[in-house]
Amino acid sequence: MFDALADKLDDAWKKLRGQDKISKANIQDTLKEVRRALLSADVNLQVVKAFIADVEKKALGEGVISGVNPGQQFIKIVYDELVKVMGESNVPLANANEPPTVILMAGLQGTGKTTATAKLALYLRKQERSCLMVGTDIYRPAAIDQLLTLGNQIDVPVFEMGTDADPVEIARQGIAKAKELGVDTVIVDTAGRLQIDDDMMGELSRIKDTIEPDDTLLVVDAMTGQEAANLTYAFHEQIGITGAILTKLDGDSRGGAALSVRQISGQPIKFVGVGEKVEALEPFYPDRLASRILNMGDVLTLVEKA
Amino acid sequence: GKTRIGLVNQLKSIVGKGPLNDDAVMEIESLLLQADVGIEATDYIIETLQTKLKAEALPPDGAIAYLKTILQDILDKPLAGKEDKAFVPEQGEFNIWLLTGVNGAGKTTTIGKLANLGQKSGYTCMIAAADTFRAAAVQQVKVWGERTNTPVIANPGKNTDPAAVVYDAIAAAQAKNTELLLVDTAGRLQNKQNLMAELAKIRRIIDKKAADAKVESLLVLDATLGQNGLRQAQVFSEAANLSGVVLTKLDGSAKGGVALAVTQQLNLPIRFIGAGEGIEDLRPFSSYEFVEALLNG
Ligand SMILES: Nc1nc2c(ncn2[C@@H]2O[C@H](COP(=O)(O)OP(=O)(O)OP(=O)(O)O)[C@@H](O)[C@H]2O)c(=O)[nH]1
Ligand SMILES: Nc1nc2c(ncn2[C@@H]2O[C@H](COP(=O)(O)OP(=O)(O)OP(=O)(O)O)[C@@H](O)[C@H]2O)c(=O)[nH]1
Ligand SMILES: [Mg+2]
Ligand SMILES: [Mg+2]
Repeated sequence: MFDALADKLDDAWKKLRGQDKISKANIQDTLKEVRRALLSADVNLQVVKAFIADVEKKALGEGVISGVNPGQQFIKIVYDELVKVMGESNVPLANANEPPTVILMAGLQGTGKTTATAKLALYLRKQERSCLMVGTDIYRPAAIDQLLTLGNQIDVPVFEMGTDADPVEIARQGIAKAKELGVDTVIVDTAGRLQIDDDMMGELSRIKDTIEPDDTLLVVDAMTGQEAANLTYAFHEQIGITGAILTKLDGDSRGGAALSVRQISGQPIKFVGVGEKVEALEPFYPDRLASRILNMGDVLTLVEKA
Repeated sequence: GKTRIGLVNQLKSIVGKGPLNDDAVMEIESLLLQADVGIEATDYIIETLQTKLKAEALPPDGAIAYLKTILQDILDKPLAGKEDKAFVPEQGEFNIWLLTGVNGAGKTTTIGKLANLGQKSGYTCMIAAADTFRAAAVQQVKVWGERTNTPVIANPGKNTDPAAVVYDAIAAAQAKNTELLLVDTAGRLQNKQNLMAELAKIRRIIDKKAADAKVESLLVLDATLGQNGLRQAQVFSEAANLSGVVLTKLDGSAKGGVALAVTQQLNLPIRFIGAGEGIEDLRPFSSYEFVEALLNG
């Protein structure tokens, strides 16, 4: 189905019909529509600027193909570029040569870290990889209870030391426990924190230094706005992430935060959360998200024609 | 950290002391977009500003003062003409405050903070633990009940009907002459029809079982949200008959600009802001402070 963006692109490109060259002058209206679409999808403004510049360069390199709707031709350029930027193919979870594989979860408050910890554990269990979950959130009321409840649901053990212990120490002992149990993977859940909270970022950094994770996953809410760029920058700079999980994609947000996360960190989005239930985790597919950001369900069949 | 130059100085460096030019207006536009104000609301704000600038050549500080007026007017409009602007429960009456929102927005934490505020202000309070779905949601709200000395009405069964919990809580509150009943609900995404229907049912129970109560229906919005916040406000308005907004996580660096779009398009006042995870980190909303923070970051 065509939507408003496709219509607008078509309008902007009607002017180009009969012209055989895409020029800097005649492309501006079209680029403006793409800019608006990306901003409405919550892609960060700076990321949008860089992206538009790339698309412009690409488009200028291509002539108008006769017989093809120039609007569709342009959408293909934008779509291809989006897919390219978001990483083209799915990147799997780390799998250390020598178990246990250590995974560290990090992110702002309420993004879905604890839920994603359980989802990952279940996902791995289904692949015959045994897990231990470690609860280091001593701050949020009942955070440990939450992890224990989830562990119970999916039949995965949880290591915790209550709320009086130091999170760094809990993480350290959690890894020791994983080795003792001989599990394949240990997933360390952490408390939510703001990237501008130096104390909490320091704690996370110490946890990371202590457990030396194989994967450090930033958990980002798909509904996040412009802030996605700032928070990704800070977590990547101060902690160093190796991937991300985009949660709450079962909502109707456009998920432009994904583009910001990928562009700012250079790290892949590995999974998406698509529900509150522990089964609701899927690998990330850049092409699907590109269609979603452009708000065009049928973009694939559309671009095949172009 | 990075030092921030005030917006006025930033604009002065672009235009000197003279009237604002297009580059400067673009700068303001960027700032609004980066605060999640959204394209439509930003267009409106910029057009209003430009109309003024065409009629009158304003230097940067004059233009900023006018911009602030535009923004504050948007935020104050839902309450314009209302006399008593302080937002408090009515003493000696039965007040029910229903908190709703998407997953992880900060509903339960806000319930805890409100219970604290209510108790300290001398109201008799009670909490309805109507999130019967999320793992340990009841334990979480019970911790807040203990911290604030507020009784929590919960149903020990698993996956019980949240509307039934609300029903029981209203009965308990009425029996005890409670002045403020705070209702915690499960997070739900607004495109989940069954969950929105469940919320509408909760609202119906409140209206029926406590027909004389003063009901406030507050949507909890995370300041980190982008444009989806607007959609949330639209759909929750329908299901829960919203009367206001609580904007949480403003202690972060996100500006919560989507709240501007929400007040503008849905005529909903912002009542409180959350500025931390602690029990005291709740403040009444001030449009003046919000606009200052938005522009001066
Ligand atoms: N619809 C939906 N809800 C989700 C998803 N992932 C998590 N949630 C919900 O989001 C809320 C927050 O999830 P948590 O896992 O507690 O988030 P967290 O990051 O651990 O939160 P803190 O520990 O407080 O920072 C809960 O209501 C979850 O059920 C998802 O993919 N889809
Ligand atoms: N920094 C900050 N964190 C907050 C604020 N309000 C809530 N939080 C945190 O956000 C996370 C989620 O808060 P909750 O109160 O559990 O959110 P909720 O809306 O009840 O979540 P669900 O019931 O799972 O939908 C917790 O880690 C809270 O401590 C705030 O104003 N600032
Ligand atoms: Mg958690
Ligand atoms: Mg809650």
